[in-house]
Amino acid sequence: MLAYVMRRLASTVLVMGIVAVFVFLLLHLSPGDPAAIIAGDNATSAQIAAIRERLGLNEPLIVQFLRWSGRIVQGDFGISIFSNEPVLRLISQRVQPTVSLALTTIGVAVALAVSFGVLAAWKAGTWIDRCLMAVSVAGFSVPVFVVGYLLIYVFSITLRWLPVQGYVPIEQGVGPWIERLVLPSIALGLAYVALIARITRASMLEVLAEDYIRTARAKGVATAPMLLKHALKNAGVPIVTVIGIGVALLIGGVVITETVFNIPGVGRLVVDAIQKRDYPVIQGVILIFSGVYVLVNLLVDLTYTLLDPRIRY
Amino acid sequence: MSAADFTQESAALARDRQGHGAALLRFVKRNPTMTIGALILLLVAILALAAPLFAGDPVSMRPAQRLRPPSSTNWLGTDHLGRDVFARTIFGARVSLYVGVAVSVMSILFGLVIGLVSGYFRRADAVVMRLMDGLMAIPGILLAIALVALTRASVTVVIFAITIPEVPRVVRLVRSVVLSVREAPYVEAAVSSGTPVWKILLRHILPSTVAPLIVQATYICASAILIEASLSFLGAGTPPEVPTWGNMIAQSRLFLSRAPWTIFAPGVALALVVLAVNLLGDGLRDRLDPRLARRM
Repeated sequence: MLAYVMRRLASTVLVMGIVAVFVFLLLHLSPGDPAAIIAGDNATSAQIAAIRERLGLNEPLIVQFLRWSGRIVQGDFGISIFSNEPVLRLISQRVQPTVSLALTTIGVAVALAVSFGVLAAWKAGTWIDRCLMAVSVAGFSVPVFVVGYLLIYVFSITLRWLPVQGYVPIEQGVGPWIERLVLPSIALGLAYVALIARITRASMLEVLAEDYIRTARAKGVATAPMLLKHALKNAGVPIVTVIGIGVALLIGGVVITETVFNIPGVGRLVVDAIQKRDYPVIQGVILIFSGVYVLVNLLVDLTYTLLDPRIRY
Repeated sequence: MSAADFTQESAALARDRQGHGAALLRFVKRNPTMTIGALILLLVAILALAAPLFAGDPVSMRPAQRLRPPSSTNWLGTDHLGRDVFARTIFGARVSLYVGVAVSVMSILFGLVIGLVSGYFRRADAVVMRLMDGLMAIPGILLAIALVALTRASVTVVIFAITIPEVPRVVRLVRSVVLSVREAPYVEAAVSSGTPVWKILLRHILPSTVAPLIVQATYICASAILIEASLSFLGAGTPPEVPTWGNMIAQSRLFLSRAPWTIFAPGVALALVVLAVNLLGDGLRDRLDPRLARRM
């Protein structure tokens, strides 16, 4: 087990290294001189030369990469071109709204999706199953921002049940905090629910066809324990896998949701940075989001042994 | 497919000689989702292609008629610059469909070549797959917006930016097929009888990848249409003057309470087209890839 964890960690580091190469090349191999891009449209050639010197752009590419990645490893993600503040500080100021949004979404979505999936598999072939699966195909197809505006229009503008937009830190009260997270979480979670519900149903259907389920039924195990203890536990591996893979979907969705609902999170930060061409911020956010994704999937891999003791490394 | 289905199908085949009309009807009955998806797409494609003939002017601004609700002259109302929302929605379908098709064709082509090479040549495999793992770890939308932000926004750049994050998924699919097929007796027979490698790849291995790739292509198409709209919505997609669904929604954001039609017309169109492509994909998967169908 320990050897496996070490091997998985090593491959995670390797993947992050490759991500770093891509993120580095993104700026340096793009058409145009990075110094000229950073200096802006009205810079003189002397200013551009000064920036080249300051950023070490006259060095060979490989030296630049090693310096850059060396600083990243030490937690120095560079300075924002626009606000002159360290990128890491900018990101950490924006973390709370994003983490709040992501965690409430994952919590609600996983609970809903797994129940839907179990219900659909248990009632397979009936109208309940068909309705749930139709909703899940639709959930895949409606973009986050369309759902978001629909929710705002119905619940905030027409019914006036919830505030329209914005974010209130949790320190200022749990009530207002939750109030402003309800609609964004639904909008963001819809596709995630659809994805997990489909896999849960498929995995449950496979398990429900097993002999031990028939045995459990025959010896008189009630339906709920049969579904949850005998079936769901054994259907767990694909479900947990897709929860991990779906984090990528969630990260893309966070960026859009924060724009729709005007939430000052990391997603909003990167969209603003892209509009201002603030490259260090763009690179930093992409690296951190990728790191989160890779780490989540590492954790998912490591939970397999808990879910299925037959898996040994 | 169960045995009962199989006998039904052979009975159907026997009856096929009665004419194509009856066969078509039976196909529709057996594949309702696929038929609905295909019909919606066909309709949208016709509307998109014929847009210049009937939809009206999507770009000219009439400030005197801004934010008008739907009426007999402007079927879906006007936006904040007095542009006709109906015309813009119809013209928006052109960009969406073009991006969807172009991205799926390109990512399948790149992914197929890389996947075949990587699956067949062990030495290339380790390097290629690590690169693909790295590329897959970067959230697709972020990579795409970064790529668009670095270059000047145009429809072609958007297509490339959406294609790059999709390629690794295709590579993995093709590689898994190659790995399972290359051990098959008929491939071993071809190798031992001295068939050149390119011929083995093209003749003996490529055909096995076709069915899963067709299914994958529809899913890529659906996600490409969604990502293009998302990029435009975030202001990192097609240039703002091009009428796309994402641009329309982005530009109408501030007018949600006064003129909801400016957001929901393109929104519904977008959802409908993506839904249609997904339905087509599900139907194709059930027909072409029964192994996968059972798992889903």
